[in-house]
Amino acid sequence: MSTVVDNPVQTITRPVPVSQRGPAPRHVVTTYGMWLFLLSDIVMFSAFFAAFVVLRDHTAGGPAGHALFHRQTVLAETACLLFSSFSCALLGLGVEHRHKLATYGAAAATLVLGAAFMTLEVSEFMHMIAIGAGPGRSAFLSGFFALVGLHGIHVACGMLWLIVMLAQVATLGFLPKVARRLQCFALYWHAIDIVWVGVFTVVYLGAFT
Amino acid sequence: MFGKLSWSAIPTDQPIPLIAAGLVALGMLGVAGWITKRGWWTLLWTDWITSVDHKKIGVMYVLLALVMLVRGFIDALMMRTQQALAANGARGFLPPEHFDQIFSAHGTIMIFFVGMAFMVGLMNFVVPLQIGARDVAFPTLNSVSFWLTATGVLLLNLSLVIGEFARTGWLAYPPLSELAYSPGVGVDYYLWAIQISGVGTLLSGINLTATILKMRTVGMGYMRMPIFCWTALTSNLLIIAAFPILTATLAMLTLDRYLGFHFFTNDLGGNVMMYVNLIWAWGHPEVYILILPAFGVFSEVIATFAGKPIFGYRSMAAAALAICMLSFMVWLHHFFTMGASADVNAFFGVMTMIIAVPTGVKVFNWLWTLYGGSIRFSVPLMWSLGFMVTFIIGGMTGVLLAIPPVDFVTHNSLFLVAHFHNVIIGGVIFGAYAGYNYWFPKAFGFTLDERWGRATFWCWLVGFYLAFMPLYLLGLMGATRRMQHYAEPEWQPLMVVALAGAVLICIGIGCTVVQLVVSIRTRARRRDATGDPWDGRSLEWATPSPPPAFNFASPVLVNERDTFWAAKQAGLPAPGLPEMPAPSSVPVPERSGTGFFIAFFATGLGFGMVWHIWWMAIAGLLGIVGVALRLAWRKIDETELGGDAVAAPYLARDREAA
Repeated sequence: MSTVVDNPVQTITRPVPVSQRGPAPRHVVTTYGMWLFLLSDIVMFSAFFAAFVVLRDHTAGGPAGHALFHRQTVLAETACLLFSSFSCALLGLGVEHRHKLATYGAAAATLVLGAAFMTLEVSEFMHMIAIGAGPGRSAFLSGFFALVGLHGIHVACGMLWLIVMLAQVATLGFLPKVARRLQCFALYWHAIDIVWVGVFTVVYLGAFT
Repeated sequence: MFGKLSWSAIPTDQPIPLIAAGLVALGMLGVAGWITKRGWWTLLWTDWITSVDHKKIGVMYVLLALVMLVRGFIDALMMRTQQALAANGARGFLPPEHFDQIFSAHGTIMIFFVGMAFMVGLMNFVVPLQIGARDVAFPTLNSVSFWLTATGVLLLNLSLVIGEFARTGWLAYPPLSELAYSPGVGVDYYLWAIQISGVGTLLSGINLTATILKMRTVGMGYMRMPIFCWTALTSNLLIIAAFPILTATLAMLTLDRYLGFHFFTNDLGGNVMMYVNLIWAWGHPEVYILILPAFGVFSEVIATFAGKPIFGYRSMAAAALAICMLSFMVWLHHFFTMGASADVNAFFGVMTMIIAVPTGVKVFNWLWTLYGGSIRFSVPLMWSLGFMVTFIIGGMTGVLLAIPPVDFVTHNSLFLVAHFHNVIIGGVIFGAYAGYNYWFPKAFGFTLDERWGRATFWCWLVGFYLAFMPLYLLGLMGATRRMQHYAEPEWQPLMVVALAGAVLICIGIGCTVVQLVVSIRTRARRRDATGDPWDGRSLEWATPSPPPAFNFASPVLVNERDTFWAAKQAGLPAPGLPEMPAPSSVPVPERSGTGFFIAFFATGLGFGMVWHIWWMAIAGLLGIVGVALRLAWRKIDETELGGDAVAAPYLARDREAA
């Protein structure tokens, strides 16, 4: 492609500008679309973050964050997600080498860590609702449950997606489209990890300052 | 079993919605009967409903927008009639409950399902052709986007006969839209219709952005793209950045209404103004999402009908990008009366005035493109000229409203109503009409009737001024928006003039329909065999009309701006022709019912949620997942079109032209 320029005489001296090199290959287009989707997803999260911060002190006489959150639980949740990002990167290596066993192993580790995270989060939610600190108690708790819950739904959807992808690898093998989808999954999983870093910082650490 | 739904949901005591629904049902039966008579069901299914061709999806978007324009306009006509009657003790013909639903539905329809659908349709149709691509980045996803928009339309129109629509205005401000003050299903219809179609719009924005940034043909650098592609790019970037805010905001209101959250309630710490801030953080970019593609249409039309390259190309692209950035910094001007400090109001007032600068740059560029050109006064150019005059007036009243003290006086008055109709009709609708007349021959291979096109234009132009200039005056006299009746008899004459304007616009819409019918009936005579009826400049005119499914038989090589024009000037063959005598085969994406079926289940999901029919909502959600899984295991993703089939449309064109 690099021989196409305005003037053939200049072919040797002037490289073609990047923007003129023609359509990108399929896997680039697909992952690029995924990046755009993730950016939009992060915009959606940012609206929930903004709402949470606006409503943080609107406890309406109900409990505030420092009375509800347990630092140990949050630390464990964070560890689960960060290690799952590591296993997700290993998953990417497995896919790259078209190694089924490594892929399944790394995916299983990711799923277990994701499930552990979800268990911790759901039990935290159940406990809060049980002691009367559910989302209907105050605007602060509405913002909390919506933001953290939205992240939790993302993790759950990611796990379902990964299970589907394992079934795809099992039935279709590493077709190019299956490999592309796994790559998109990895982007997604890392992105919701980054969102968790925001949740951890703003929601949980913020409650103790 | 059926949640809140019972026979009492049918408004048997209200004749207007029932008659309207009866007419719609009759119309649909008529269309269905006609299709059956012609035996077109299979064709409709294979060539349109399951098509993933960006051109057909674009055409379907525009058709949907035109149908919804009629629906939204009937609402407008009813409101104007009501206000012309209900003065000085008279109560008019619309009860308040019904009037409130009508103005809410009018705004919702016109923005989401007319303006958005029309512009997304035009971008879908034109952008891949202009950048020399064979389709969008994700063709099946494109079909999903369209059908989700159709789901939104269906849900909104269902509210006409089953239940009610929101009575809250088109942005459903809380606390009015909260369960405490709107216990019915109206707001729920609003939420689910917008939420579902909003997902479609977001996916479409991602799709078109990826297409423009990653699918341009060889040599099509950024600085060689037609201006329409630039404005489409900025518009779709805004969709990606703004629509998630709408999704989040509506989700918060939904949580308030369904699960007892307290985001925007009056009690337990909810914050009403947070909704207003969030919704306008989407809402202001939204108006630029609508107007930017229209700016692009005018740029194409003016350059073509002046026979000159666009003046100030770089400043045009830069202005579009500047508007894209600035549109996120002005949202607070929608509610200067919130009570923010003078400094905050001043900042947003100044930003609002600054955003008028790139728009002004564009207007001067259009004028200088026209200057010294060999101008042909065809219908698309007439819309463009009408736009320039009208939009400038709307822009100036906008700058007036950007001054916070002035805004305090005119807030929520008819002056504001006149202003935003001035820019949306004068900008978006005129742009839609210009684009419709301009690209119709490309889509169907024959031109639209000029005489009826001109009649449409003059009815709309004069009708617009008659309908909205009185509203400016009324606003200054103190008339507020959304009045079901008013006491001041001195307002009535101006209200009657406004009604006359609305009637004239109604005739204009009638002319649009007549134009289409007349053009179809005389299509043999108006056949454009060349594919280039306007002596165009950009790549879409290099293809036969209608373009083949694959757009271009061979990869297009672009050497400069206005490549096709340059090729014509130099006497060279058009780009993208098949390589004769042995044209190579071309892969075409496989058609798919995914979009249609996802929309089917999404309709079930939305309807079930509106009426609290939980099994239906769950079934809808599972159905969506099932359809997606089916697509994931699809065997064939594209088919190879043989060389002879690739060359056929080109050979037919040459035969016909000769």
